[in-house]
Amino acid sequence: MKQKLIGVLVGAALAACSTGALAQAKAPAMKLSGEAVKIGVLSDMSGLYSDLGGQGSVIAAQMAVDDFKEQAKPAYKIDVVSADHQNKADVGAAKVREWIDREGVDMVTDVLNSAVALATAKVVAEKKRILLDVGAASTRLTNEDCNPYTVHWMYDTYALANGTGKAIVKQGGDSWFFLTADYAFGHSLEKDTAEVVKANGGKVLGQVRHPLSAADFSSFLLQAQSSKAKIIGLANAGGDTINAIKAAAEFGITKNQSLAGLLVFITDVHSITLNVAQGMLLTEGFYWDFNDQTRAFSKRFFAKAKKEPTMNHAGVYSATLNYLRAIQAAGTDDADAVMAQLKKMKISDPVIQSGQIRADGRLVHDMYLLQVKKPAESKYPWDYYHVKAVIPAAEAFQPLSLSRCPLVKK
Amino acid sequence: MDRKLLGYGALLAFGLAAPFLMYPVLVMKVLCFALFACAFNLLIGYTGLLSFGHACFLGTAGYVAGHSIKVWGFPPELGLITATLAAAGLGWAVGSLAIRRSGIYFAMITLALAQMVYFFFLQTPFTGGEDGLQGVPRGKLLGVIDLTDDYALYYFVLAIFVFAFWLIHRTIHSPFGQILKAIRENEARAISLGYDVAKYKLLAFVLSAGLAGLAGATKTLVFRFATLTDAHWHTSGEVVLMTLVGGMGTVFGPVVGAAIIVTLQNELADKVGSLVTTIMGAIFVLCVLLFRRGIVGEAMALYQRMVGPRP
Repeated sequence: MKQKLIGVLVGAALAACSTGALAQAKAPAMKLSGEAVKIGVLSDMSGLYSDLGGQGSVIAAQMAVDDFKEQAKPAYKIDVVSADHQNKADVGAAKVREWIDREGVDMVTDVLNSAVALATAKVVAEKKRILLDVGAASTRLTNEDCNPYTVHWMYDTYALANGTGKAIVKQGGDSWFFLTADYAFGHSLEKDTAEVVKANGGKVLGQVRHPLSAADFSSFLLQAQSSKAKIIGLANAGGDTINAIKAAAEFGITKNQSLAGLLVFITDVHSITLNVAQGMLLTEGFYWDFNDQTRAFSKRFFAKAKKEPTMNHAGVYSATLNYLRAIQAAGTDDADAVMAQLKKMKISDPVIQSGQIRADGRLVHDMYLLQVKKPAESKYPWDYYHVKAVIPAAEAFQPLSLSRCPLVKK
Repeated sequence: MDRKLLGYGALLAFGLAAPFLMYPVLVMKVLCFALFACAFNLLIGYTGLLSFGHACFLGTAGYVAGHSIKVWGFPPELGLITATLAAAGLGWAVGSLAIRRSGIYFAMITLALAQMVYFFFLQTPFTGGEDGLQGVPRGKLLGVIDLTDDYALYYFVLAIFVFAFWLIHRTIHSPFGQILKAIRENEARAISLGYDVAKYKLLAFVLSAGLAGLAGATKTLVFRFATLTDAHWHTSGEVVLMTLVGGMGTVFGPVVGAAIIVTLQNELADKVGSLVTTIMGAIFVLCVLLFRRGIVGEAMALYQRMVGPRP
């Protein structure tokens, strides 16, 4: 009995040694900066964007880590940390600085809100870490403020303006009127879209500028109505878009004219309901009900988050998964090597089925032109969109030849 | 007196050692906001003027510092001075309008003017709108000391803070400061004593705006960007909160308040997430209901109760 026990013990010890030796034999292949690979999810956890990012992004990042562990069985630890940037660039940038200096974070993701994203991009470039930005909209990230350590993953204002603008003109919506938030973001969204509309043979009948966080849209919408334009382009975001759409429905404008949301997320549609938003055209980089792969991913996400993923959540999953694949392939978490690997490899996962990262840090992939369903057409919860067209990757984003990024060799 | 000197010495020693005990960037942020709150306290605590638009001075100086260093190529020290003067100038403009009224009307005028400044920054191209003015280089102090090193920058920021704090302390304890306190206690009596109250108020306002500007410019240097957050009315509210929590009208109150609020914002961000704002609100309510004199004010009152009134 005793002997048997000793035998078992020795066996177990040997087994432990051999697996230890195996792990050790495998370990030198991976060169890590710290003990573990650390991923930081920086998002808005409490403010107006927390619905499209927030805890959902943390869940998405964790899902990607779990999936990667199952597929690749890495010998090293992978940790996910998260923080609330409160939509303040200083809070966000200070947090990222601290993460890198004190906690050894290797990659930062999500970072919605353009100001926070631009500040974070500066920090990662200085410290040589990686930012895979998903939630920010500004094209500055891949133009004048681009750097070798930043990738813009999901969408940007150009892609949204271009996708929605071009497709609508092609479908016969050739006269436009813009309802524009009166600040830099609104102006650039309006300008980008107007150029696309004109380039495709449409015309712009006029525009009206409203102040940021406007409470009353009635006078602006009446101007839009009297312009007799077929399409009213909403060059605004968040609460302004929601209020404009609601007001348009109350005025009965949507019966004769169509709204084109230039920055609308599925959670916005969810909160204003189909009844109000029906018929609206918009562009997104991900729709949960697109095909079997997206549905399978979204089902797993839904089980954890109790809501369907936005393109932001899906993008965080995709960015995290591909980052982990890249360090596995590069054999190190050194930022230069991982970035080289990321730019070399093809991005392919349930969310972004085919994508490629360009020299300016822009991930190009298919975008979807979507139309909000009528309430009667919606068969099950979150069944919100008709997919009107798939905008191919080559056309969806700003051409590389127009990029103002110094990294692009011309 | 000796005890007081000893106290200041101990605090200075702590300030010198702080970057090795804590994360230097966080301490620098605390110092910037502490200076901002001290400047604000000069107005509310010692002159009795509640400005609800102080963020516009912080924001203006931040943008001026950022733009002059980044685009015009100013060295950091000149950028800071330019920004401080710009904020003081704006303070003079805002102040000369606002001090004509008092109480709630004064607060409302400062808020309105600050909102105008905010929308100006939102619209002007040089600020980058809501994307912010990004990528301001830290540069070299006097062309010699490389400020990209966090520790070097820390001691520069500490020096600025100590200088500004000394200036505020000196102002409060000068005859000028005594007159400000007299105005706070009883404006009519100060007038009847022959003081030109409007001039004193304006001077206090300009001084406060200039120092708030110095805080904003330093903050830009630390974080290397200036954004709309700095000019937003939330920031004006936050500085009121810092001053109240720490202790209005006490020399050290704003410093303690700023340290608490900034550290909470920073440390709680990744622990409780969305609860940060709720916790801030709860602290504010508790502070107003339970200890109106603020932490330092209550501590001083307690100390005096224990040792008896000062001889």
